[in-house]
Amino acid sequence: MTTMRIRAKKFLKTIAEKILPILTILFLLTVVWYFFTIYLNSAMQIDKYNKQGISWNISKLVLDTMSQERPKLPAPHQIAEEIWKTTVEKKITSKRSLIYHGSITLSSTIVGFMLGTVLGVVLAVSIVENRAMESSLMPWIIASQTIPILAIAPMIIVVLNSLGFSGLLPKALISTYLSFFPIVVGMVKGLRSPDIILVDLMKTYNSSKVDIFFKLRLPASVPFLFTSMKVAIAISLVGAIVGELPTGAVAGLGARLLTGSYYGQTIQIWSALIMASILAATLVFSIQAIGYLVSKKMGYTNEEA
Amino acid sequence: MTDKIISAKNVELKFGRGSEEVVALKNISLEVGAGEFVSFIGPSGCGKTTFLRTVAALEKPTSGHILVNGVSPDEARTNRAYGYVFQSAGLYPWRNISKNVSLPLEIMNYSREEISKRVSESLNLVELNGFEKKFPWQLSGGMQQRASIARALSFDADLLLMDEPFGALDEIVRDHLNEQLLDLWQKTGKTICFVTHSIPEAVFLSTKIVVMSPRPGRIVDVIKSPFPSSRSLEIRDSKEFISISQRVREGLRSGYDYNENKG
Repeated sequence: MTTMRIRAKKFLKTIAEKILPILTILFLLTVVWYFFTIYLNSAMQIDKYNKQGISWNISKLVLDTMSQERPKLPAPHQIAEEIWKTTVEKKITSKRSLIYHGSITLSSTIVGFMLGTVLGVVLAVSIVENRAMESSLMPWIIASQTIPILAIAPMIIVVLNSLGFSGLLPKALISTYLSFFPIVVGMVKGLRSPDIILVDLMKTYNSSKVDIFFKLRLPASVPFLFTSMKVAIAISLVGAIVGELPTGAVAGLGARLLTGSYYGQTIQIWSALIMASILAATLVFSIQAIGYLVSKKMGYTNEEA
Repeated sequence: MTDKIISAKNVELKFGRGSEEVVALKNISLEVGAGEFVSFIGPSGCGKTTFLRTVAALEKPTSGHILVNGVSPDEARTNRAYGYVFQSAGLYPWRNISKNVSLPLEIMNYSREEISKRVSESLNLVELNGFEKKFPWQLSGGMQQRASIARALSFDADLLLMDEPFGALDEIVRDHLNEQLLDLWQKTGKTICFVTHSIPEAVFLSTKIVVMSPRPGRIVDVIKSPFPSSRSLEIRDSKEFISISQRVREGLRSGYDYNENKG
């Protein structure tokens, strides 16, 4: 009985501490959003009334601004309705299903992210273990991130297409291009994180460089790796979407955004955007959860991964 | 020859060059015999830690000779001649206590049975049995430092180098650990070199006290302790204890120029 009550109390506390603040912000955002929906769409609506000679009042105007077909800013419930229609009510195989498009983007995100993680870790290891690598590679790694991805993405796609690569791989490589960077930076920091006395300690055991790497540097870098991976997976998604924009790709969230903007389908654009952010949040939380489990298994329980 | 665990002759060590040059050790000549407990005491910058690091082959002397177990420090390290305990426990947070103690044994390729036997023996020596599965953050500072001593003992080197191991602990814990350390020293018959800031600690623990002074780091006095190797905390109230403490203090003062400290 008492344990039940304690559990219930804990549950309420979790809600109060974690969920309530998020909901409060969500509520405020929704209010602001509705305000802007009415404000931005009213001019066009009034124009329409005048042209068609319809008499109107404020309440009719407010309602109509929230149900336009191609509003400047769609109302949240319009987006929710569109998402519902294109996920639950459509077959997954349908070209109009957001789940279909989302899964296309997701697959290239994951492939690109994994390639980026592997590349980032390999680069970081070679930088930490070899001074020459650091001075020759690091400036290029940083320079690679100063090029606007929107400018280089089409070039990568075009070059790879002419080499015979099309479909998932070119998009994934754009994700890789973006995601390897935080992994390199985080892993270099992580591999160098052990205190100097821990390295000295290893030396007093007369241990080899290999021992120092596997027994000290690598385990010490794990929390840094997961922090970097959280950043990397989010920008991998951005990379995949950007990769879908210039190719005239027929599928993927990026393609959805592009066709939406061709036809002024703002509701479609917004629903694809919301879908993308739901995807991003899910991915980041998954990495966080894996990181938590790993760090707990390793004994880092008092630290956040 | 085997009686001399450490023998240093005119050891000099400089860091940096030109105007940046710092003479960390100058003219250090010292012998440490088997089974001795030698304390190094002096203000910061006097080179006591540097000397210990030189013995451990973590630093190379600029000139002079130093032999550990009759061979060069590098060779002694290859023979795994010493265990080193640092000022902070330096336990690996991702390893539990028994895994931390087994770390050097894993690197030295001991067999699995040997490792588990030695881990439990070492934890026994520092009275930490029962804490094998705990992670470092679950232990107090004193217990962490004991675990790090167990780690240094695990591969049974004859020489134990300790660099202010109890410097970060409060006095009550420190007294307790000092008693434990003496006990351990008597049980194992190891040679211990012990760096400290604390006069009572040095006098209480040692058979030989080396008083050092900074700029350049040098030895100003070497005091032999009259106390028997088996001693209790009560000796700190004895006349001899006070007179040795006084001699240490004078040694420290003589080598210390307060005006120089401003620079």
